[in-house]
Amino acid sequence: MTFIAPAADSAPAAAFAADGSTKIAVRSLDFFYGESKALKNINIDLAERTVTAFIGPSGCGKSTLLRVLNRMYDLYPGQRAEGEVLLDGKNILGPKQDLNLLRARVGMVFQKPTPFPMSIYDNIAFGIRLYENLPKSEMDGRVEAALKGAALWNEVKDKLDASGLSLSGGQQQRLCIARTVAIKPEVILFDEPCSALDPISTAKVEELIDELKERYTIAIVTHNMQQAGRVSDYTAFMYLGELVEFGETTRLFTAPRQQRTQDYITGRFG
Amino acid sequence: MAMIAEAQAVEQAPDRAGALGVFRRSDASFYWLTRLAALTVLALLGGIIVSLVIGAWPALTTFGLDFLTTQRWAPQLDTPVMGALGPIYGTLVTSFVAMLIAVPVGVGIAIFLTELCPIPLRKPFALAIELLAGIPSIIYGMWGFFVLGPFLVETVQPAMIAAFGGLPIVGAIFAGPASQLSLFNAALILAIMILPFITAISRDVFATVPPVLKEAAYGVGCTTWEVVRNVVIPYTRVGVVGGVMLALGRALGETMAVTFIIGNSFKITGSIFSPGTTISAAIASEFAESSGLHQSGLILLGLLLFVLTFAVLAAARLMLRRLELKQGR
Amino acid sequence: MNPIYLARRRRDLLVRALCWAAAIFGIVWLGLILFSLFWNGLAGLRPSVFVEMTPPPGAAEGGLANAIAGSLIMTGLGVAIGAPLGLFAGTWLAEYGRHDRLATVIRFINDILLSAPSIIIGLFVYGFIVVPMGGFSGLAGALALAVIVIPVVVRTTENMLLLVPNSLREAAAALGMPASLVIRRVAYRAARAGIVTGVLLATARVAGETAPLLFTALSNQFWSLDVTSTMANLPVTINNFVQSPYAFWKQLAWTGALLITLAVLGLNVVARLIGERKGK
Repeated sequence: MTFIAPAADSAPAAAFAADGSTKIAVRSLDFFYGESKALKNINIDLAERTVTAFIGPSGCGKSTLLRVLNRMYDLYPGQRAEGEVLLDGKNILGPKQDLNLLRARVGMVFQKPTPFPMSIYDNIAFGIRLYENLPKSEMDGRVEAALKGAALWNEVKDKLDASGLSLSGGQQQRLCIARTVAIKPEVILFDEPCSALDPISTAKVEELIDELKERYTIAIVTHNMQQAGRVSDYTAFMYLGELVEFGETTRLFTAPRQQRTQDYITGRFG
Repeated sequence: MAMIAEAQAVEQAPDRAGALGVFRRSDASFYWLTRLAALTVLALLGGIIVSLVIGAWPALTTFGLDFLTTQRWAPQLDTPVMGALGPIYGTLVTSFVAMLIAVPVGVGIAIFLTELCPIPLRKPFALAIELLAGIPSIIYGMWGFFVLGPFLVETVQPAMIAAFGGLPIVGAIFAGPASQLSLFNAALILAIMILPFITAISRDVFATVPPVLKEAAYGVGCTTWEVVRNVVIPYTRVGVVGGVMLALGRALGETMAVTFIIGNSFKITGSIFSPGTTISAAIASEFAESSGLHQSGLILLGLLLFVLTFAVLAAARLMLRRLELKQGR
Repeated sequence: MNPIYLARRRRDLLVRALCWAAAIFGIVWLGLILFSLFWNGLAGLRPSVFVEMTPPPGAAEGGLANAIAGSLIMTGLGVAIGAPLGLFAGTWLAEYGRHDRLATVIRFINDILLSAPSIIIGLFVYGFIVVPMGGFSGLAGALALAVIVIPVVVRTTENMLLLVPNSLREAAAALGMPASLVIRRVAYRAARAGIVTGVLLATARVAGETAPLLFTALSNQFWSLDVTSTMANLPVTINNFVQSPYAFWKQLAWTGALLITLAVLGLNVVARLIGERKGK
């Protein structure tokens, strides 16, 4: 159990009462795009094998926070984070942190499906080969397991050599999830994974997230409050770069403690 | 849930430490490989300048600024006399006349292609223009030598001499006699050569006009010409000028299209029907058999050409970049 | 009808007519060139062109075999040297140098080199290779062509890599893929068709280049595959034969010009087909 520092408005953000242990702990995190401050003093804990949803209006910093957790922002100059993000108790923001290793441990699924321009099989095997040298038979097994894990196997098992780009949007997104799962991460970050998908594909992906949380710690950014309600155990509401309120999803949606949270979930702004 | 059961339960993550060292080394070496390659581009420019200056040094110290103002070219003398005035004059005149013909026609064809051409013909026509822009310049040169030159001497030149030769002042420019090897012929072949180039660039530039702008203009009842005049050209002016400068850079430095047909004469007569030479034509026809100060003088000509084209091309690129910025690329 | 509208319409019709005239004017010239090229070139196109050597002065027998071979060797070698260099340089500009002042400078210089007069490139290679090596050589010719290839490939590689969406790079990085692998295995693959198109267009560009070979490779009347000595090649052979007094030489010049043009047009068409297929 960890104490959460109050958000900037000095009201208690949430009492964190996870039954599991903390996987990721964010401490006094500030984030800057050049001169402008996009995250202000964020403190939050993500419990192991739970789903935490981040909601809030556009530009509130929820995606930015997600991109700090695997340091995706490091690809671009002028973006920097201050504070601490502890993964299993070790700060990943330090200069010594190996980014490739971090990203292998903290996987990410993006808003738009991003299959690589190669076969379905290679899309998955590619990531595995980065860190493991497997004989063909074992690799086949891993690819199959990953595709099954993403509920895609039955749809693609006869065309593993086809291009990943030949799949439908929903299938592509599940391929990307399979690709992420295949390299055995510990945490998976979903950045609005369903915003480009039709309702049926969305349902499949949500089902999948529900299954995945039995093995992984999951953080999901979503615009869709119903989705947050359906898939997450905990929800964090962010506004203008601040963490306004954080708590168990059912509690946050039924009895928000902050006026701003209530306004947002009842649709008064956003 | 069955699927999860089928997939292996969470196992130990693989040991990744071994791969990381390899990654770090390959990242570093690839970065430096590409960076060195990028620096080669700078080295090439540096190399070009250095080699031209070193090669031109003897002539530069011998002739100094006189090189720019001397018309006489007599490298074979015991005390050689070399002046760049003839080639500079020829380069400027041929390029000027070529642009005078090619710019209106080339831009006109580009307007034709973007606004007037029947739609099924647009793609093949544009493709033909782009393919023609790729034809090597020596082809234009030999065609000018074998076909165009004789034709001009028989028809166009005598007609122009008859029409303009008698006029005061301008008459000198069109003074006879007609000649197969002349500045005029070289300029015309240059014009034909850069025509597809100007068209291709102008067309690309015109394509940057947002269709909504044009539709809005057509929507208030503008004619095609009014749309071009009031929307397309103002929007793309910088780009068109940049493209024209690029074509000018090409015309100034073009060698093979003009060498056969210009006559390689260093004398300035004032008539466009008399033989002349350009910087590149002079280098092309004399360099292989030159040596000593003569060769150095030719390299000095090359240096002049490089400075001239560098300035024109730099201006062109800056203008085109401004259009790109406007486009938000 | 409204007089103002009539005047406007008259002006419009006039300009339309001028544009049509320009298009016809341009197409007529270019059509004439192609016509005489094919007419005169085909007349001399015989099997002997491909097997016999360039003829000595006055001879009525001979072909272009040594010139064709030399052109193939120098073009191939020039592209083999210039394309990888251009590819890597373009990669740096697009992948590492996006926010680098140095990249802006290199990009600008590259654009200048892209249109620098090719005869200047010839002078440069003459000073840096021919003089130190003590003589004209096929290698010097190939290097001159490489210098022309580099900026073309730099430009297209950079443009094509910039078209690869960043989301793809992020997705690859999110798997723990190091930056160099992201480029080589993902970005290159996504940009492959465009890069190949660029290399083919660069090949087409140098296949007919004449000016930079005039005093680097020079020419050679005989069969020679030795890149350290002078080497025959189509453009310089054409250059020499055009200005000769012999009808047979002039005939061979036309045929050689036709061969170059066909090769250049062919490369252009193939390059465009690859580029088009990618666009779909």
